[in-house]
Amino acid sequence: MIGTMVLHADLHIHSCLSPCADDEMTPYNLVHMAKIAGLDMIALTDHNSCLNCGAAMEAGLDAGITVVPGMELCTSEEVHIICLFPTLEKAEAFSDFVYESLPDIKNRPEIFGEQLVMDAMDNVISACEKLLTAACAVSVSHAVATVGRFGGVCYPAHIDRPSYSLLSNLGSITPEMGFMAAELSALANINELKENYPVLNEMHLIKSSDSHRLESIGEVFSQICLNRNDSESLVYYFNKLFSKIS
Amino acid sequence: MTVKELAEKLDCKFLCGTDFPEKIVSGCYCGDLLSWVMSRAKSGDAWLTVMGNINSAGVAVLADLACIILTENAAVDDAALEKAKQNGVIVLQTEKNTYETAAAVSRIL
Repeated sequence: MIGTMVLHADLHIHSCLSPCADDEMTPYNLVHMAKIAGLDMIALTDHNSCLNCGAAMEAGLDAGITVVPGMELCTSEEVHIICLFPTLEKAEAFSDFVYESLPDIKNRPEIFGEQLVMDAMDNVISACEKLLTAACAVSVSHAVATVGRFGGVCYPAHIDRPSYSLLSNLGSITPEMGFMAAELSALANINELKENYPVLNEMHLIKSSDSHRLESIGEVFSQICLNRNDSESLVYYFNKLFSKIS
Repeated sequence: MTVKELAEKLDCKFLCGTDFPEKIVSGCYCGDLLSWVMSRAKSGDAWLTVMGNINSAGVAVLADLACIILTENAAVDDAALEKAKQNGVIVLQTEKNTYETAAAVSRIL
């Protein structure tokens, strides 16, 4: 065990920057809803962008809850990967890198939904132009190294889901991919998954809510033991998993 | 050719979009990765895929596709069907696989 504090953490939440999320998922709202739901830590993981992480972290300071800057990366194979960073600066550098690699397809809010960048008081600062749900240039096999280069850690999201998941799109999870953790959706059957994919027995499995609406925040969470309740400790925890196995 | 005529010749089932079967099909694109379809399919294409996700409907609007044809009886979720209805996207379904369907479309068009 790495830490001494047991934290209730939901490490997969979208804000109104994700076109598929409710417009009510503003940084202020989602952070306060997470606090009400009794969570100690959340990660803001919008599709291919960290542009609302700063606002959510600021709102988190105010609400008394840790907000880890993160992203749900969409790889070139359209596999979703949760990326978590120790600091906002590192997350934003990665966000710029990913945005640059997205295809030049403009979002059409009337079809896909708004992509709003906000401040901590829910004022709209701008709308993100490129469609954030498109695939970026990073492939699954390069995800761990690429995110690591920016100081972050990553693992595949909702691997049991029929779309945008590692298992649905690539059919397997292998040690060569380098993932030491994997996220399961709320309804996942862990035993069946482990039977079908024995490599999961060696991995740290996390359940998160993948909330796109305020109501679902806190419905699913994981307990994580850390020494401190902050982003650096969380990333350190995941990095420790790597060193333990390799 | 209209989507209705194509659907009849391919023996496809209409999952939604029966209100505007006269939409014209002028080509065909096959693929399951939405990002590829978004940037490569052409306006008026019939899109052959197994991806019945909510974003499929959005991609069909974005790329101005004639219809989505779900091959191998691939499922479409309720949210995707709702999105398709709202945006006037025709969704067809066939038991044939993508290769067989594409070959048939090629003979018909």
